[in-house]
Amino acid sequence: MRDAEFFGRWMSAAAAAVEREADRLTELDSPIGDADHGSNLLRGFTAVRAALEAEPPAAPGAVLALAGRTLISTVGGASGPLYGTLLRRTGKELGDAAEVSDEALRKALYTGVGAVAQLGGAAPGDKTMLDALVPGVAALTTSYRAAADAAENGALATVPMQARKGRASYLGERSIGHQDPGATSSALLLGALADVAEAQDGAEAR
Amino acid sequence: MRMLINSPETVVADALRGMAAAHPELDVDVERRVVVRRDARDGGRVGLVSGGGSGHEPLHAGFVGYGMLSAACPGEVFTSPVPDQVLRAAAAVDSGQGVLFIVKNYTGDVLNFEMAAELAEEDGLRVERVLVDDDVAVTDSLYTAGRRGTGATLFVERIAGAAAEEGAPLERVAELARRVNAASRSFGVALGACTTPAKGSATFELPDGELELGVGIHGEPGRERRAMMPAREIAEVAVGAVLEDLAQVGPADGPVLALVNGMGATPLLELYGFHAEVARVLAERGVPVARTLVGNYVTSLDMAGCSVTLCRADGELLRLWDTPVRTAALRWGC
Repeated sequence: MRDAEFFGRWMSAAAAAVEREADRLTELDSPIGDADHGSNLLRGFTAVRAALEAEPPAAPGAVLALAGRTLISTVGGASGPLYGTLLRRTGKELGDAAEVSDEALRKALYTGVGAVAQLGGAAPGDKTMLDALVPGVAALTTSYRAAADAAENGALATVPMQARKGRASYLGERSIGHQDPGATSSALLLGALADVAEAQDGAEAR
Repeated sequence: MRMLINSPETVVADALRGMAAAHPELDVDVERRVVVRRDARDGGRVGLVSGGGSGHEPLHAGFVGYGMLSAACPGEVFTSPVPDQVLRAAAAVDSGQGVLFIVKNYTGDVLNFEMAAELAEEDGLRVERVLVDDDVAVTDSLYTAGRRGTGATLFVERIAGAAAEEGAPLERVAELARRVNAASRSFGVALGACTTPAKGSATFELPDGELELGVGIHGEPGRERRAMMPAREIAEVAVGAVLEDLAQVGPADGPVLALVNGMGATPLLELYGFHAEVARVLAERGVPVARTLVGNYVTSLDMAGCSVTLCRADGELLRLWDTPVRTAALRWGC
C-alpha cells in the first residue's frame, strides 16, 4: 500500500528529476518550441516541493491535488494546466483514503491521463506528452519500472512524428526529427514514480 | 549574448517595476503580475482583460489605459499567465458590467484563460472570451493548434476598448472584437532568431543570406526558409499572403487598417522603408489604406524582422479606431 508520504516522495523525486534535466528539456524545446520547458517546470515543481513541505497533506489524493493546484498556479503555458490536471484528476480519483493500492493508483492515473487528453484535445501520435503517458500508464499492469521504460520509449518514439498539437505544430514537417519536450518530461514523472516505488518495495522486502 | 538585465529569473518583475515607476496612472502589482488602469471600475464600463507571455512588449501592458485594455496579465517570457493572475485582473476591473477576455490562440493561453473564466463565473462574474487567430502562415488548422494570434491583437484591443469606453454592453463589445478578428490577417518574416533570457542563446540558427517566412512571435522557426530578398520582394510575399487569405472573407468592400510591425530588433529606418513597399503593393492591388501604424507593437524579444497585419474596416470600425486612446504605447486624440 502507498501512503501520503510515498506520494510526497514521488513529487520530491519528480522535482529532483526536473532540476537535473531542466537544461535538456529547455534544449529540446528550442528547435520546436520556445526554449523554456525546463525552466517552467522547474519553477512549478520547486513550488510543489515547498507547498508539500509547508503543509504535508494526510492522504495520497490530497498530495496530488495540492501538487496539481500548485502547478496550475505557477507554471503557466500549456504544461501548467496539463500537468496540473493530470495530478489533480488522479488525486481526485484516489479520494481521501489514507493508503491506496497499486491497482487503485493505476486506475486513477489512467483517468488522469484521460483528462489530459480531453483538455488538450490531443491523441497518441500527435507528438505530445500523451505519447509517453499513454503507453506508460498502460504498462503499469506489469510494473512501475515497465511503465517508466514504456514512457521513455514513447518519448523517443516522438522523434519521427510530425506535431499536430501545441506550438510545435506550427512548424509542420519541420517538427519531424526532434524529440518532444513534453513527452520527455512525462517520462521523467513516471521514472520518478518507479524509483520511489522500487525504493519502498526493496525496503519492505529486506 | 549580452542582455540589459539583472538576472534571467527577474526580467519580468524588473520590467513591471519599471512600468510602475514610469506610469503612475497604472496600478502595477509586481508580485502578482497584474497591470490595471487605476480608473478601471469608474463609470460602469465593461472590463477588458488580456495577457500572454512576456517578450511581446508593448503588448499587452503597454495597451492598458483609456480607450483600450482595463488590465493585462504578463506571464513569464513566452509563457501564458496562470489562471490566478487572470482571475485577479477580472475581479479588479469588473464593475458589474462583465469582463471580456482577449486571448491569443495558443494552447497555453487558451487553457489558462479558460480555467480563469470558469473560476470567475463561479465567483458570479459575467465573462465573454474572444480568440485572436490572424496568422495566415499556419495553413492547416486541422493538423495544428490553429492559427496564431499576432498583430490583430492590437486592432481587437483598440476597437473593443473604444466600444467599452463608450459604454457598450458586454455582448456588443465581444461581437465587435470577434468582427475585428474575423476581418484581420497577418504574416511575419524573420531575419534572425531571438534570444530568450532563460536560454541565453538564439532559439534557432539562421545562416547569413537567408530569411524565415511565416514566423510566429515566439522565436519558433517559420514555415519556410529562403534566400534573403530585398524589402520590395518581402513586401510582395507578405502582403500577397495576407490579401489572398483575406479574399476568403468576402469581396473587398472598403479600406483597410494597416500595421507594419517590427519584431524587436529591426530599426524604424528599415521598417519605414519596408512600409513604403507595403504601401506600393497595396496601391498596385487597388486596396485603399484608411489608417497606418508603423512601429514595434507586437514584438518577439530581440528578433529581427517584421509582420504585416491588415484589417478590413467598415465605417463603424474606423470610427471606433479614431476615438481617443491613452496608453503607454498607443495614444491619440487626448
